[in-house]
Amino acid sequence: MRHLLPLLVAVPLLGAALLVALGRLLPRAAAEITGCAVSAATAALALVLLLDSSPPLVEWVGNWRPVDGRSVGIVLTGDGPALGTAALASLLTCAALAYSWRYFEEPPRGHAGAFPALLLVFQGAMCGFVIAGDLFDLFVFFELMSVVAYVLTGYRIDDAKAVQGAFTFGVVNSCGAYAMLLGIGLLYARTGELGMAMIGRGLDERAPDGGPDALVLAGFVLVLTGLLVKAAAVPFHFWLPDAHAVAPTPVCMLLSGVMVELGVYGVWRVYGTVFSGPGGIPAPDLTRVLVTLGVLTAAVGAVMCWYQRHIKRLLAYSTVAHTGLFLIGLGVLTPEGDDGVALYILGHAGVKAALFACTGALLDRYGSVDEHELHGRAGAMRGFAVMFAVGGLALAGLPPFGTGLGKAVTEEAVGGPLTVVYVIASAITGGAVLRVAARVFLGLGPRPEDAAEETGGSDEQPETGGILSRVPDSMTAVPAVLLAGALAVGVAPGFGDLVARSVNEAGSGGAHAFAHWTAHGVLLDLLATALAAGLAALAVTRPHRVAAPDWALPLRRVQSGHIGDYVAWLLIGTTTLAALALPAVVGG
Amino acid sequence: MHVFPYLVAAYVFLTGCHGLATSRNLIHAVGCLAVCQSSTYILLLAVGYRDGGTAPVFSDIRPGSRPLVDPVVQALTLTDIVVGATVTALLLALVLQIAKRHGTVDPDELRELRG
Repeated sequence: MRHLLPLLVAVPLLGAALLVALGRLLPRAAAEITGCAVSAATAALALVLLLDSSPPLVEWVGNWRPVDGRSVGIVLTGDGPALGTAALASLLTCAALAYSWRYFEEPPRGHAGAFPALLLVFQGAMCGFVIAGDLFDLFVFFELMSVVAYVLTGYRIDDAKAVQGAFTFGVVNSCGAYAMLLGIGLLYARTGELGMAMIGRGLDERAPDGGPDALVLAGFVLVLTGLLVKAAAVPFHFWLPDAHAVAPTPVCMLLSGVMVELGVYGVWRVYGTVFSGPGGIPAPDLTRVLVTLGVLTAAVGAVMCWYQRHIKRLLAYSTVAHTGLFLIGLGVLTPEGDDGVALYILGHAGVKAALFACTGALLDRYGSVDEHELHGRAGAMRGFAVMFAVGGLALAGLPPFGTGLGKAVTEEAVGGPLTVVYVIASAITGGAVLRVAARVFLGLGPRPEDAAEETGGSDEQPETGGILSRVPDSMTAVPAVLLAGALAVGVAPGFGDLVARSVNEAGSGGAHAFAHWTAHGVLLDLLATALAAGLAALAVTRPHRVAAPDWALPLRRVQSGHIGDYVAWLLIGTTTLAALALPAVVGG
Repeated sequence: MHVFPYLVAAYVFLTGCHGLATSRNLIHAVGCLAVCQSSTYILLLAVGYRDGGTAPVFSDIRPGSRPLVDPVVQALTLTDIVVGATVTALLLALVLQIAKRHGTVDPDELRELRG
C-alpha cells in the first residue's frame, strides 16, 4: 500500500495537467466533471490508505533508501493524521469544485479547465504538505500551496481589491517561507539530515551537555515563523482577512476550511518529530510559546470578528480566533488536546466552508456582502437563512456538532482558566454570525450606523455572470452537505474514538485517550451557545450597547492595509517567539 | 570565520525586510523580497562549503579523489531559485494589475482593506 502514497500528489497534478492541456477543447461541463472526478478519486485514495495506515506507511520515493542511517532521498509518511488531513483537503476541494459548477462566469473564455486545474494543483500541494516526511519537501509543498493560493486569491484579476489582497498575501507568506527555509538550513547544518525523524535523532545525539543551544533555538523559531504565518497566528495574521475577503468564494472555502489549519498541523508535526527529544525544545517552553500566542490570537480574532460588517472578513477573523484555540489545544501537549484539536478542525472545516458558501450565494444574489447594506434584504432566501443560523450555532459549539465535540474534548484537556478562553472566543465568533443572520435574513432591529476605519462590502462584484435571480441547486446543496458532515463528526458513534486512536498512534506513542461527549463538555458547549445567542440578541436590539469601545479602535487601526506594517509585525512576531522560547537555552 | 557567513545571511535577510517595511513602491518591494530570499542562498551554500572542496561534478575527476562541497544544499538552492523565480514573476504580474486598477504602485495609497 505504501507505494500508493505518492499518488496522493501525482493524481491531482496529472489531472491539472490534463485540464490545462485539453481545457481549450473541452466544454465547460466536461472540464468541471473531470475536476470533480479527479479530486473525488484522490479523496477515495486517501481514505483507502487511511484505513491501512496502522502501522504508519513510510515510502522512500524512487527507492532511495537510507544507507547506514544517512539518507538523501525523499521520504513520505502516511500516518493517521497525515492521511486524515489529506482526505479532508481532498473532500473540501471536491465540494469547492461542485460549488463553483454554476457559480463562475466561464473563466476565462475558451479555457474552461483553468479554474479546476488550479484547484487540483492546490489540492495536490496540500496533500503533499501533509505527507511530507522531510523538512525540505515540507518547504517545497508549502511554497507550491502558497503560490497557487496567491493565484487563486487574485483570480478575478479585474477586481482592484482582489489583486491587492493577493499581493499582500504573497509578500507576507513568502517572507515567512524564506524564514522557514533559513531555519531548515540551520538544522541541516547541525545534523546533515533533512528527514524530520532523522533531524530529531541528530539533534538529540549532538546536543552539547544534553540541551538545546542557540542554533537549535534559531532553527526552531525560524521554522515555526513560517508555519505560524500560514496558520495566521497573531501577529502573523494580517494577510488573512485581506486574502479571504477578496478571494472567490470556492477558494475561501478551501483557504479557511483547510489551508490555515495546515499551518497548525505543520507545527504539530514538526514539533512532534523534530524538536520533542532531549536535544530539542523542552515541553514547558513549547507550551509557553503556543499557549501565549494562542490566547492572543483567540482574543484578537474574536474582537476583530465581532466588529466586522464585511461578512467574508467577519468569517476570516473567526478563522483567526479558532486558530488560536487550536494552538492552545496543541500547546498543552496532552494526547487529549491533540484529539480535541483534530476533531475541532474536522468540524470547523465543514461549518466554515458552509458559511462561506452561504455568503457567496448572498453576494451573487444581491451583489453585496455588507451586513449594513443587506439589512433585511435577504428575507426570501429561507434555506440559506436556516443554514447560516445553524452554521453560527455550530461555530459557537452547539452539541452535537463536530465543533462542539472537538471543543469539549479540548476544553477538558486544557482545563482551568483556559477553558474560559474557549467559551468566550467561540461565543463571540458564533454570536457575530448569528447577528448577521438575524439582520440580513430576518431584518431584525434598526439598521446599524457606519463607523470610521472599516472595510464595508457593498461594492463587491458578484462572481457570476450577473446578479442571480435564483440560486442554483448545486450552490444550495454544497453548504447543506458540509453542515451535515460537520454534524456527522459529532454524532457518528465511535468516530471521535477512531480519530483519537489514529492521532495518538502517530503522536504520543500508544497512549490512548477517549474522545466522547461528557456532561461537563455538553454543559460548557450549551453555555457558549447561549452566550452567542444572547450577544447576537443584544447586538440586534440595542446596537449602541455593543458598539466598538475606545480600546478596540487601536486594534482595528493596526490592521492598516499597509504591506510594510505587516512585514514589520512579522519580524516583531519572530522576536516574540524567540523571547518566549529563550528559557529553553538560558535555563538549560 | 565560521560564523561570518551566518551573520551575512542574517544581515541580508534583515536588510530585505527593512526594505519591505519602508518601501514606497511595490516593484521595489518585490525586489526587497528577492533580497530576503537571497539570504537563504547564502546560508545554504555556506552550510555545504568545504575548504578546498570542488564542485560535485564527476565528468573529469575520479570519484573519491578530491573533497567535494555538499551537493545536497546545492540541489536545495537550485530548487529555491526556481521557487523564487515563480513567486517573483507572479508578484510582478500582480503589481502590474494593481497599477492598472488602482493607478498607483505606492503602498501608502493602497489602504482600502483596513479595519
